[in-house]
Parts: sequence; C-alpha cells; structure tokens
Amino acid sequence: MTAIMQGQRRIIAGVDAASAQLDLSCGMTVTHAQSLIPDLQVIEAAPEEDEAALIRLALWCIKYSPLVTPNPPDGIFIDVAGSAHLFQGEAALVADLCKRLKAEGITAKAALADTAGCAWALARYGEAQIVSPGRGSDAVASLPVAALRLTPPTVSSLSDVGIERIAQLASKPRGSLRTRFGAEVLLRLDQALGNANEPLPSLLPPEVPRAELRFAEPVGDPDDLKRVIEKLANKLCHDLEARGIGARRLDLVFVRVDNIAQAARIGLSRPYREPKHLAKLLAERLVVIDPGFGIETASLTASWVEAVVERQTIGRHIGADGSQHDVSQLVDTLGVRLGESNVFRVSPVESLLPERAMRRIPALHPTEGLAWPSNLPRPARLFLQPEKVEAVAELPDHPPRMFIWRKARHRVAKADGPERIHGEWWISDGETKLVRDYYRVETADGTRYWLFRDGPTEQGGSWWLHGVGDA
Amino acid sequence: MALASPQRPIAELRRYLERVEGHGREQGEVLPFGVAAIDTLLPHGGLARGHLHEAIEGGAASQYAGLATLYVAGILARMRGPVLWCLRGRDLFAPALARVGLHPDRVIFCETWKDRDVLPTMEEGLKCGGLAGVVGEVSCLSLNASRRLQLCAGESGVTALIIRRWHNLAEKNATGEPNAAATRWRIAPHPSPATGFDGLPRQHWQLDLLRVRGGEPHSWIVEACDATGHLALPAALADRSAAASEQRRAATG
Repeated sequence: MTAIMQGQRRIIAGVDAASAQLDLSCGMTVTHAQSLIPDLQVIEAAPEEDEAALIRLALWCIKYSPLVTPNPPDGIFIDVAGSAHLFQGEAALVADLCKRLKAEGITAKAALADTAGCAWALARYGEAQIVSPGRGSDAVASLPVAALRLTPPTVSSLSDVGIERIAQLASKPRGSLRTRFGAEVLLRLDQALGNANEPLPSLLPPEVPRAELRFAEPVGDPDDLKRVIEKLANKLCHDLEARGIGARRLDLVFVRVDNIAQAARIGLSRPYREPKHLAKLLAERLVVIDPGFGIETASLTASWVEAVVERQTIGRHIGADGSQHDVSQLVDTLGVRLGESNVFRVSPVESLLPERAMRRIPALHPTEGLAWPSNLPRPARLFLQPEKVEAVAELPDHPPRMFIWRKARHRVAKADGPERIHGEWWISDGETKLVRDYYRVETADGTRYWLFRDGPTEQGGSWWLHGVGDA
Repeated sequence: MALASPQRPIAELRRYLERVEGHGREQGEVLPFGVAAIDTLLPHGGLARGHLHEAIEGGAASQYAGLATLYVAGILARMRGPVLWCLRGRDLFAPALARVGLHPDRVIFCETWKDRDVLPTMEEGLKCGGLAGVVGEVSCLSLNASRRLQLCAGESGVTALIIRRWHNLAEKNATGEPNAAATRWRIAPHPSPATGFDGLPRQHWQLDLLRVRGGEPHSWIVEACDATGHLALPAALADRSAAASEQRRAATG
C-alpha cells in the first residue's frame, strides 16, 4: 500500500490486492492501518509519477483507438467507435485489452458503454462489462450516486436526503436538484445517460507524423469531407516521404463544432505513403463519421509507421507462375470494406480430417508453394455439418446401394471407397475412437456425393453426407 | 452540301463502335478450351477474356453448385495471375480447386454473406488490372448489375465469372432471367460410362451453352476438368460429336 500526507494526517493513498483483502481501504489513516496489521509495508505515494505512468499507459492504449483520454488518478477513456472493427468487434477488443493489461501485471477493470460517464460508472461500480447501445440508463439505474463522478461532499449531502441510487436521482425534479445541489449533479447525470455531450480532449502521441486542417466555417457535406481527406492525405504523405517511412495505421479525427471528436481508423497491409490510395481507403470509412452541425478541425495521424522498402516483395508473388502483380491495394480496399479477417487466402494443413484440411492466412502472407495432395478426391462443396442420411449397404464393408437424403431416394450406380480416415488422437482424447470410411458414390443420374460411415455397421455406425460436387 | 461518299464515314463509325465496344482492345482475346468441338462454336474460338460469364448448375445437387465451381476453377486454372473469389457462405472446399489445377497461392478469398456485398466486391476486383479473373457467387444478378460488371471487366480486361447459387425456388427460377453476360453455361451431372472394374471414372458433365453473344447455343457431353483444368470429350462420344458438328456445318454451309 502507499501513503500520502493530507493536511496533518498521513492516510492511505492506494492499496494493492493483498492489502485490500486485509480490509484496508483508501482514506484510512496509516496509524489505524498499522494498528490493525503490525508488519504493514508502507511506501510513500508519488502522485506525479503515477500520473506520468497513467499517461504512458494511455499512449499505449492508442493501439486500440485514436481517441484516448487519461482520466487521473486511475482511469483512461478510450473511444472505440471508429476502430472496433479492426479487432473483430467491441467484445473482442475489450477482451484483448484486459488480457494484455493482465499479462503486464496491471489490475484493471474495463467497461464499454454509449457514454464516457456510463462506462466510468460501470467500470468502478457495475457488473456488466459491455452495455449494448441504448441500454446505458438501465445499466446504471441501480448503481450508487457516487458512480456519477460526484465529489464526496455532494454524495454525502445526497445521501442525507435519502438519494442513494442513480435511478432515484433521475426521477427527482430537475429544478429542485439544481437549486439544492448545484449544476454539477445534473451535468454528470446527463453525461452518464447520454443527454449531454462530454468533450474529451484526446491525448496526442508525440512525434508521430500528423497533418491537421482547421476550418473557418464548419464543414459537413460528404463531398467536402472527401476533399478534406485528400488534402490531409497529401500533407501527411509529404511528411512520410521526407522521413522515408510509410503508414501502417491511419487515424482520422474530426472535431465537431460541439467539441465532440469522431474518429475513423484504418489498418494497412504494408507501409504506404501514396496519398490517392490512402484517401480512397479513408473515404470508405466516412460512413462511421457523424458530422453533426459541422466539422471544425480535421487531423490525420499515422499512429503506426514502418520503413518503406521501395520495392515491395510481399503481395507480388501471388501468381503461382511468378507473374508480377501487386494486389496489396485491392486487399487493403476490400479489407477496409469487409473487415480484414474476411479477406484471406487458404493454406493446406497436414490433417486427414477434411474439416481441418485448410486454414486461413492473411491475404498477403508470403506464398508457401504448398498445394493439397492432388491424388485425394475431394468434393467442391463441403457441408459445415455432415448431414445424416439413411443408407442401405449390401455387405458390412460395402458402399451403400441406396440412400435417402432430405426425403429423396438416391440409387447408387457406381461407388469408390472406402477411404479410411482416423481421428487425430494427439489433438483430443475424444478423437481416439473416431474412424470414418469415406465413399464417393455416383447415383443413377450421374450426381456424385461424398458419404461416410462413422463406424462399422455391426457396431451401429451411421451414414453421413459430407459434400457434393466431386471432380 | 451532301457528303461525296457516305461509305467512308460509315466505315469509320463502324470501326469506332468496335473500338468502343471492345474498349480499345484487340478483338478476339480469348481463352480456348482446347477442345475443338467447343472452341469452334464460340466466337473467336474460345471464352472471351475481359467479359462476364455465368455458370449455372443443373441436376440433383444444383443448390450447392459444386460442378459449376469446378468448371469455373478449371477456366481460371488455364489462366495466369491472381484470382479474387467472392464467397457467399463457407462451404467452398479449397482442396477441390487444387485438384483442377487452381493453386491455393493464387486465390484471394473474400467472405461475404449477401449478394449486395458480393457485387461491389467483384466490381472492385474487376477494376484491379493485375488479376486473371474475379469469381462471384450470387443468387440474383439483375440486368443493371450484370451490365456494370461487364463494363468493368471490359475496361480492365479481367474476366468476370459468376457462379449462380440459390437457396429457394424463387431464386432458382430467377437463374433463367436475362442479363448482360457474354456467355451462360449450365453444368449438369451425366452418368459416367460403365467400367469393368470397381471405382469411379472421371465424372461426365452435360455442358450446355445456353446463351452466347454472337453465337448459337449448343450442348456437349464432356469429361470433367482434369488436373490442369482442361475438359475433354469422352472417347466413346468423340467421334459421334465431331460427326454431328460436321453435319451441322454441312447443313448451314
């Protein structure tokens, strides 16, 4: 635990998990604590260092969004509205953030909500980690009023008149609240419930390439915004070129007339400094920007840069025959539009189980030259879940004579098999017993199916259809 | 004053129109199938590059368009350069593409779930001149959408290939509606000939050319794509088909 002087008293400023278990809490006098636990280890608090560390942590959080605001003494606001897509959604972003903080030994609580106030309340007093849009007021209703970032005297005077919970406070007439407790209570309440805007001055990372434009008149027209983006991209790329670097990640931040910042972030598959390409990608993300009554300031930051290797080799080897085509711009454009994980190549996996035969790799991953074994007959369409069929075979180890799939009867004219596939016992115990006998069958009309039996017939093995479209 | 010779401006206009339609490209840049019986019936002797082509599947498992997939993959296997494949679902089994000669390193996949995502993605790909082809799996292809794709394909010279998927009867019936594709193919399974031994011979397809700009519809029985993406005429049928086309040529000529 750490201690700090407050007036003439020496009080506890911060406790770690072990001290908290011993019922120590902030605000206790050190002498009281020492009387409870004789061998207490006390460290002098260093608020300035704490704040510097918080800012360092906030700078690290820029990885998650361009709009990061440190909230001393112990909080950080991250506006993820324009960047959650790069992490496959908000839930995945929060999980990733918590995991990384934990790995660094930082005890942190995270909450995600429509407003900064609501998230602040939930992270400190609430249970829910992620509040779906529009549910903020329900989520905070039962929390104590202290969750509204009110000063301790205000909280205690509210509790004097019996107002303990946020829902109680929200149901009181606003006029009398204002006269009795001041405007701050109403402002904090409105900020938490989303009825009042809360401008958060975002942290500017030092020494990163940045271009900024300020407008005398607010700009709001989508076409004008596109031109603004082009200008910013030109400015930024000039700077990048001078430094010999390219952007791997770009943050576009618009500050509206009401001082609310709106951000869009794009990730790039390789370092770029071509203004046209960057402007096009950014324009794709304009949909997430709500210009409101107009934009006053626009800035473009390259928050992750890398040296540009003038002749890029990656992305040029995709033609298997050595042809030289650069598809990285296409991959970026589609990645921004569809989500990076939805643009990919596949690579063979050495697994006999068909559902594990391939894995996704990034679209511009260096080519491996691996191909699937061409002697294994495989269907063009593999069902995600094999479909159960009723089949009749003449002899236990023979292919079926006929099968019923989706209420239609198919008479088998020719068949090939079995191809026996064993489960991969080294992956999980349950697979030790997995045995599949695959048959390729052709029905009377020439259609080919890929069926398997999941065990010998005498042991109750049943038949499944796994794919269609045999070569 | 009347023009002295109206022939010259008309000839010039014709050439101009050809240039506009072919987007300044040399006419007849085609990909032959390598099967004389098919190539001779296609304008310029093959599948026109830089155009939109459509593959529809017939038969019992047509919902999954497995054969149409292999047919399209076979065409791409015979081209050079990277391929953009716009998926609509997750059932494509890539190892089968390799079996008809389309190496996985060449294919960039885009996973989408709706037609309205597939078509703009295809358009973006078609604008990227370095690609060999762009494949899209769609259930509906309106006249306007197909015109857009055809236009983009013509400008860049990238070949656009549509695989029609359907999930209900209305979508299946919609596959017959007209669009701007240069060719429309139907691939249906056909019983393979009896063999003396156990096992399956190369699959046979009934390949129907339903529509072709500047040509006549036709049907063939072919052997499915081999490991290099080439179709072949079945040995037993090769003579008969050749004889039939001889006859037809005699009848028209």
